[in-house]
Amino acid sequence: MATEALRLEGIDTYYGDSHVLHGLGFTLQAGRLLGLLGRNGAGKTTCMSTIMGFLKPRNGQVALFGEPVAGLMPETIARKGICLVPQGRRVFRSLTVEENLMVAGLPAKNGGGRPWNLDRVFELFPRLKERHAQVAGSLSGGEQQMLAIGRALMGNPRVLLMDEPSEGLAPQIVTEVGRTIAQLKAEGLSIVLVEQNIKLTLNLADDIVIINTGRVAFSGRADEVQIDSPIVAQHLGVF
Amino acid sequence: MQWQFWIIQTLNSVAFGGLLFLLSSGFSLIFGLMRIPNLAHGAFFMLGTYFGYTLLQKGLHFWPAALLGGIGVGLLGIALERFILRKLSGNEQGQVLVTLGVSFIIADICLLVWTGDPMPLAAPQSLRRPLLFAGFAFPTYRLVVLGIALVAAVGLYLLMERTRLGAMIRAGVDDMEMARGVGIPVSRLFTTVFLLGATLAGIGGVLGGPILTAYPGLDADMLPLALIVVILGGAGSLLGAFVGSFVVGFLYNFGIALAPDLAYFVLFFPMVLVLVFLPQGLFGRVQI
Repeated sequence: MATEALRLEGIDTYYGDSHVLHGLGFTLQAGRLLGLLGRNGAGKTTCMSTIMGFLKPRNGQVALFGEPVAGLMPETIARKGICLVPQGRRVFRSLTVEENLMVAGLPAKNGGGRPWNLDRVFELFPRLKERHAQVAGSLSGGEQQMLAIGRALMGNPRVLLMDEPSEGLAPQIVTEVGRTIAQLKAEGLSIVLVEQNIKLTLNLADDIVIINTGRVAFSGRADEVQIDSPIVAQHLGVF
Repeated sequence: MQWQFWIIQTLNSVAFGGLLFLLSSGFSLIFGLMRIPNLAHGAFFMLGTYFGYTLLQKGLHFWPAALLGGIGVGLLGIALERFILRKLSGNEQGQVLVTLGVSFIIADICLLVWTGDPMPLAAPQSLRRPLLFAGFAFPTYRLVVLGIALVAAVGLYLLMERTRLGAMIRAGVDDMEMARGVGIPVSRLFTTVFLLGATLAGIGGVLGGPILTAYPGLDADMLPLALIVVILGGAGSLLGAFVGSFVVGFLYNFGIALAPDLAYFVLFFPMVLVLVFLPQGLFGRVQI
C-alpha cells in the first residue's frame, strides 16, 4: 500500500483579510514527485508557505506521514522533515557557502535513505565545494539555486518542497537543475515541485495538481496531461 | 602641555569607545536579530554600574565585582526576553514600548535603592597611578578598559564568525523567516543574544563606573550613544558596532572638549547624514 507522505486537506489561508487559499487539498505519495502548477498569483507560493508554517492556515490540516503539522512553528516543521527550496532562493547572503549548509544541518530521520551531510552535498554539487569559502551573496544565480537545494537537503528532508527552482536561470542551468531533481526523485525522495515551467514539470512529475485562484482545478497523473491539452490551456495558458 | 591635552583626549576617546563597544555590540546584535532596539539597554548599563558600586562596598575586588555585576544584569536580560518579549513575539511595536517601560522601571528602582546622589566607583588600586612614558602621563585604568574592550571584540568576533552558533545568528539577521524554515531554533538564539548583550552592557557599566560614576540619568545618557553607534555601523554588524563605537567615542570626547556648545550637533549630525544617505549603516544589511 502506498504511504501518504504529505496530505493537505481543506486549507484556508489568508493574507491579512484577503482569502488566498480556498479549501485547498492534495496528497503526495511517498517517493513520488507532485508537480504543482498554476498561474502567477494562483496561490502556489502561499501553499508552500502554509506547509512550511510561515503562514498559519485558518482552517484545514497538513499531515506529514500521517502526523498533523499545521499551525506548528516553521523550525519545528523543518525538524520534523519538511524542507523548502524557497522561491527566489533566499540563501543567507552574508554567510559563506559552507556556513549556509552548516546552519541548516539536521539529523537524519529514519527511512530517509543515505543521510545528507556536507560531503554528500558537495558530491552532488562539486561547484559548491569549489566555492565553499565564498560569501553566498556573491554567487551566480545558478550557484545560489544549487546552494538553496543543498541547504534544503542538509535538513535530511522526508518531504522536499521546491518553489520555482528554474526561475530566472539560463536554459542550460535549468536543464542541470532538472537533472538534479530527477536524481533526487530516483533516490526515493518525496517532492512537491512548484513551477511556471510546464514542460520541465511534466517531464519530471508523477502527479500533477493545477491550482487556480486558490482552489484545485485539476488533479491527476502526469501522463494524463500533455502540454497541449485543453486543461493546460484553460488553467495555465496566457489569454 | 598641548601634546598632553591631545594624548589625554585621544585616550579618553578610545577608552570611552571601548565602553561604548561593550554597550552597543549586544545592542546591535539584538537589533539585527530581533529587529527591535532594546531601549532598556542603557538601563542595563546603569544597573551594572550600581551593582558594581554595591559589590565594591561589600568589599569585593574590582574584577570579580565587574564579572558578577555583568552576570546579574545578564540574568535580568534573560528574564526580560523570556517572560515579557516572548509573550509579544510578532508585535515589534509592543516589544519596543515594553523595553522602554522596563528602562523606566529600572531607573526608578535604582533611584529607590541607591538614592539620587552620584556614587563614584573606585578604580582598582593598582591602576590608579598614571603610567609615565616618554615624558607623558597616561591614565592607566582607561588603557586597561580599552584592552578589555578589545579582548571582548576579538572574543565576539570569534563567536560570530567561527562558530555554528554565530553563523546561525547571522543567518537570522540575513533572513529570519528562512532561518526558521531550515530549522534554526530562533527562540533559543533570542535568549542567547539577550544574555550576551545584557551581560556585556552590565560589565561595561561596572568598568565605566570609575570613569562616569553611577548617577540617575546615566541610562538616558548612554542609550542615545548606543543608538548612534548602531545607526552609524549598521544593525546586526559586529564590525559596524566596533567602528561606530570608536567614531562616537572620538566625536563625543572631542566635541565636549573643543566645542561644548556643539557637542550634540557633532554627535547627531553624522547620524542624520548616515540615515539619509546610507540607511543601512556603514556595515549593516538590515534597513532600520
